[in-house]
Formats: sequence, structure tokens, C-alpha cells
Amino acid sequence: MDLQILLLLGQDGVTNGAIYALLALALVLIFAVTRVIFIPQGEFVAYGALTLASLQAGQVPGTAWLLLAAGTAVAILDGARHVREGRYGKLPTLLFVNVGLPLAAAGALFVVPPAGLPLAVQVLLALGLVIPLGPMLYRLAYQPLAGASVLVLLIVSVAVHLALIGLGLLFFGAEGSRTPAFTDISFELAEAPLQGQTILVVLASAVLIAGLYFFFERTIYGKALRATAMNRTGARLMGVSSTMAGKLSFTLAAAIGAFSGVLIAPITTIYYDSGFLIGLKGFVGAIIGGLASYPVAALGAILVGLLESYSSFWASAFKEVIVFTLIIPVLLWRSLTSRHVEEEEEE
Amino acid sequence: MSRKLALAVLAAFSTAAFADINVGVSVSATGPAASLGIPEKNTIALLPTTIGGQKVNYIVLDDATDPTAATRNIKKLITENKVDVVIGSTTTPNSLAMMDVAVENETPLISMAGSAIVVEPMDAKRHWVFKTAQNDAHMATAIVQHMTDRHVQTVAFIGFADAYGEGWFKEFAKIAEARKLKIVANERYQRNDTSVTGQVLKILAAKPDAVLVGGAGTPAALPQKALKEKGYKGLIYQTHGVANNDFLRVGGKDVEGAFLPVGPMVVAAQLPNDNPVKKSALEYVNKYEAAHGKGSISSFGGHAWDAGVLLGNAIPQALKKAQPGTKEFRKALRDALEGTKNLPGAHGIFNMSPEDHQGFDQRARVMVTIEKGTWKLVK
Repeated sequence: MDLQILLLLGQDGVTNGAIYALLALALVLIFAVTRVIFIPQGEFVAYGALTLASLQAGQVPGTAWLLLAAGTAVAILDGARHVREGRYGKLPTLLFVNVGLPLAAAGALFVVPPAGLPLAVQVLLALGLVIPLGPMLYRLAYQPLAGASVLVLLIVSVAVHLALIGLGLLFFGAEGSRTPAFTDISFELAEAPLQGQTILVVLASAVLIAGLYFFFERTIYGKALRATAMNRTGARLMGVSSTMAGKLSFTLAAAIGAFSGVLIAPITTIYYDSGFLIGLKGFVGAIIGGLASYPVAALGAILVGLLESYSSFWASAFKEVIVFTLIIPVLLWRSLTSRHVEEEEEE
Repeated sequence: MSRKLALAVLAAFSTAAFADINVGVSVSATGPAASLGIPEKNTIALLPTTIGGQKVNYIVLDDATDPTAATRNIKKLITENKVDVVIGSTTTPNSLAMMDVAVENETPLISMAGSAIVVEPMDAKRHWVFKTAQNDAHMATAIVQHMTDRHVQTVAFIGFADAYGEGWFKEFAKIAEARKLKIVANERYQRNDTSVTGQVLKILAAKPDAVLVGGAGTPAALPQKALKEKGYKGLIYQTHGVANNDFLRVGGKDVEGAFLPVGPMVVAAQLPNDNPVKKSALEYVNKYEAAHGKGSISSFGGHAWDAGVLLGNAIPQALKKAQPGTKEFRKALRDALEGTKNLPGAHGIFNMSPEDHQGFDQRARVMVTIEKGTWKLVK
């Protein structure tokens, strides 16, 4: 193992680790705000990547229909409540956001062939089709159970995960897709080639992480989310709606997921079920951070990426075993060092 | 009068229902093997609905690439649908799981899985099991042959970390050793892996003359792309598991020049006219592409078609001996399947015997290479 191999493996590990880090942050965010262990996080990665791929193939991605269906369901549920409570004034906005926009998006895809659009527009379109699924998912699957125990929410997560996997197979087929690289630039670093796309992934992840930091520290919505994460009841008493906090955190998580998907689609082949494993590795990172600390989760995720890269060199057949076995010493260490808090076992 | 008519109609109907042949099908149309199972499922819909003057019903179930679900499917097919024969499943583990139920109920089973262990070694259980896909050994010999012809001396293997990759490595290592090929690296990766850099670097460090990628479908493009990216200049071989157009789509220019063995069906139009498989292979290709569009053909659907070909040949013989729906019919059908001789299918010529329930020979494989995004027959 010479320096060149060491560098190449490190580069590979950091690239994957950057993606895992983004997902780990999303998982920590959702868990802190809503107590949901969000297993379907990875599905947003796959949906983002495959939606972009099908746009580039000139097809109308199935996510457009899913968005329309989920939006309609949300509109019916919320609309019924508004009607019952006599708040007719809110109906037009509700209908426009949840049904009108998806319908307009799907219609536009039929009018303008998406394959001919510039890459940046395709990326924005793909993100626009996938991200709203996050808050809609929260409204449909989690909001009615917002007060339930962590275990119930976890079971709902498993169900949502399986449903999304099945829909993914229906929309995108069993075979994977790859999108063309954003950039073909390549550098030499200590005789090891360094792809421009790799740098892009790391840079974009870093920017996104910095953006999240800014969001939580400097904006009122970010502070509201932090308040909810610290004390749900207290935040509600201060006028922070836990429904709003839940929807916002799911929007952020979906955005992070879909964006990660768009980032890695050019470096690897993404399948309808790829997201699960990627999300799971982000989850290992999040566990290292105790599902609470953002910086530790991000570092943990990068560690997972590096471990994965080096173990694929030394013992490729046992790579996943090595990566997931990491959880055991970490849990052991965490349970020995951290004070155990019996959190909210109030039912 | 009308009551009499109704009775007559009813009588006619019930005898017809009694004489119908029921074919149960279990394919992996979802789950990890979905890319294999979906074309198989599509092909079942193209199979003839009357054989030997009898109506044939196909009852198609999905086993989600799960052996437990496959077992449940075959139990349901046999007890509820009273099927005379079962086609299934897509993968080797599923086929092995279904075998026990088929034998218990003395129902012939036609598997579409790749591994030879489905029909070998012949014993009381495999007595009832037939298989339409080429054994991995058929394909591995073709690869080794091609390698030695090109004076390859050292070879590296990178395959799926599952039964497919492991099975291929075993078959390949056995034959390679006999032909004095040295295996210098043996690596594994997951179907869903986002990177194989580590494995590829290790292979490059071993400096092999050729690399064999033991993967199926689009995931097999990843190692080849990584090898090309890191500047590997040697020969790259793939297995027949990649022979679908999605592989070409995902692989793009990086998979150009790869060699692989396939069933002749994949390059049916390029076969010389005297090739005995050409006519039967083209028949299937044309039929499938008429229904699903040009270029939609995949090698796996051919295995389902061949199951239909075997039945089309065996059912008329069995009908002479017994009525469908009876134990005797199932036995007669099994005997007829075993007696298949010189029957051209989409993938080769079937010559079954009591010892060989697969029945293919060298005519069931050709070497192809990828040239300008299409499969090209290697002369």
C-alpha cells in the first residue's frame, strides 16, 4: 500500500463520507425535532437522483404523479378540517400549494420536453419535484401520530420506507441510472488523479453544512426548530407550532436527501433501493453523534466513509460487516460515558 | 327449452374447465432480482394460450426475490389453483426452496435460475426439476476458452458479495485452474455500493492481464467504470448476467470492448443463417419486441420463453396419456419433459436425459463484445 493508494482511498472515503454526513445531519435534525427515526431518509437520495435521471432521459418522472397524489391527499385532509372549522379563506392557498403547483409542474413537463433543458434547470426541477414530498409525508404519515412513542414512530418509518421503495420500483424500474458529470475537470494531487466531481461533492456538502449552521444560529425559523428540539412543550408555550416545526424539519431533510442524490448520481449508479444502504450509513454516523450532536454526527459519518473505503481495499467481502459492526463499540462507549436520560416515557 | 340449453352450456363449460391445463408461475418481479424477473413475467404473457388443442391458464405470482415467498407461492399454486406444472423461480435460492414442495406434490418444476445445483447432482428430488437457463459452468468455460485464446496468463476477479458472485468465482476458479490461468486477485462488492475504488486499486496493484466482473445487470458496470477511470488497459470480461440494454445505457462508453458469453438469442440477428438456434431465437425476439418496443429484449425473458417451448413440446405427449388436473398427467408431463430431444429454444437446443435436466450444449452460448453501444458477435 503506497502513498498514492492511500490518497486515492482517502479521497474516495471523504467523498462518500460527505454524503453520509449530510444524511446524518438530516437524521439528527428530524429526530431532535420530531423524535422520528427517519429510515426513509435514503429514499430521498434515490428519488432525487432518479428523478433527475428520468428528466434527462426525457421522461416525466413518476415522482411528479406521487407529488400530485400526496398533495391531493394533504389538500383533502386539511381542506376538510378548514371547512369543518369554517375557515374558508384558507382553502384557495391550500389548494394552490398542494394541488395547483404539482399539477402545473406535471403539465409543464408535458409541454416542455425536459431533456432539452440546461442541466441547472433540470436539477432545480428534480429538487422541486422531490422536496415537497418531505412535508407532505410528515402531514400524511407522522402528524396524526405526533404525540406517539418513539417506537410507534419508528414502526411508521419502516412502513413509509417500504412504501417508498415499492413506489420507487414502480416509477423508475429495477435497473439503475447514472447522470452525466457536472464537470469533467480533473486534477493531480501527489500523482493521484482527483476528479472535479469529487471536489464538487465535498464543497457542496461543506457549503450546505455551513448553510445549515447559519440557518440554526441566525434565522427565526432555525431558532424555532432548535427550541422545539430542546423542549417541545416549552416551545409550544412560546408560540412555536410543533406541526410547523415538524413540516419544516421534514422539508429540510428532504432537501438534503434530494440534493445528495443529485450530487452522487454522476459518480455512481443509483437504483430504486440504493437509498436505504446510503441512509443506513448516514444513520451509523448519526448514532456516533448520539442522535443529538450535529458536529459529532458529521465527523462520525466521514469516519464511516473512510472506514468503508479502506476496508473495501483490505477485505472487500467483509466491508459492510466492518462498517456496521462499528455501531457496537460506539454504543458501548456512549452508554458508558453518557448519562442515561429516561426521556418522555409519559404514556 | 331454455333450461335445457342452460344445462348444456353449463355442462360444456364445466368439462372445458376440467380439461384446462393450469400452469403456475412464480417470478421475482420485485426485490433484488427484479431486473431479471420483470422480462420473465412479460414473456409469460406472450406464451401460447392453447397447447395441443387444450386451453392453458397461466397463474403468475411474484415472490419478491424471497425464498419464503416462493415457497408460499408454489404451495398456493398447487393446493388452490391445482396447477399441472410450475415455472419458477428467477433465482437459485428461490428455485431450491420451491423444489421441496414440487417434489412432495409430484408436480414438475421448470426453473429459470442460473446455477447448476438446481438440477445437479441428479437425485430423487431433482427428478421433478428442469431448468432452462444455461449452467454457470457452460458460460465460465466459454470465458476461460476465450482468455486462453488471447494468451491471458493472470486474471483478477471482482464479483457480487452474494450467491451470484460466489457461485461464479467457484465455477471460474475450477476451470481456470485446469487451464493454468492464475487468479491474482479475488474481490467482492455489494450490488448497491456507491464506490469500488478500494477493490479496483487492489486489482490494479496485482497487474492482471484480464479482469472478470462477476455481477448481473447494471451494478456490473460500476467495477468496469472504475477500472477504466483508474487507467486499466487489459481485457475486461463480464458474465451473461449483464446482457440487457440497461447495462449498455448505464455503462456508456466505459463498457466498450468488454467480452462476455451470452445465449445466442441476444445476438440472434447476427447469427449465421445455418445456426440451428437462429430461427427459434428470432421468433421470440420478434414477438417480445413487437409487444414491448424495439431494443427491449433481455436474455432473461428468453429463459421463460424456453420454459414455454418445453411445455409446448411436452404437453401434447402428456395429453395422450392422461387428463390435465390428475396425478397421472403430471407424471406423464414430467416424463415427456425428460424425453425432450433436439428441441430448439431461444437460448439453445434442448436434449434432456434422465441425468441432464438442463439439456444445453455448446450451441447455447456465443462470445460477444460491446461495440458502439451494441452487442457484437465475436467470430
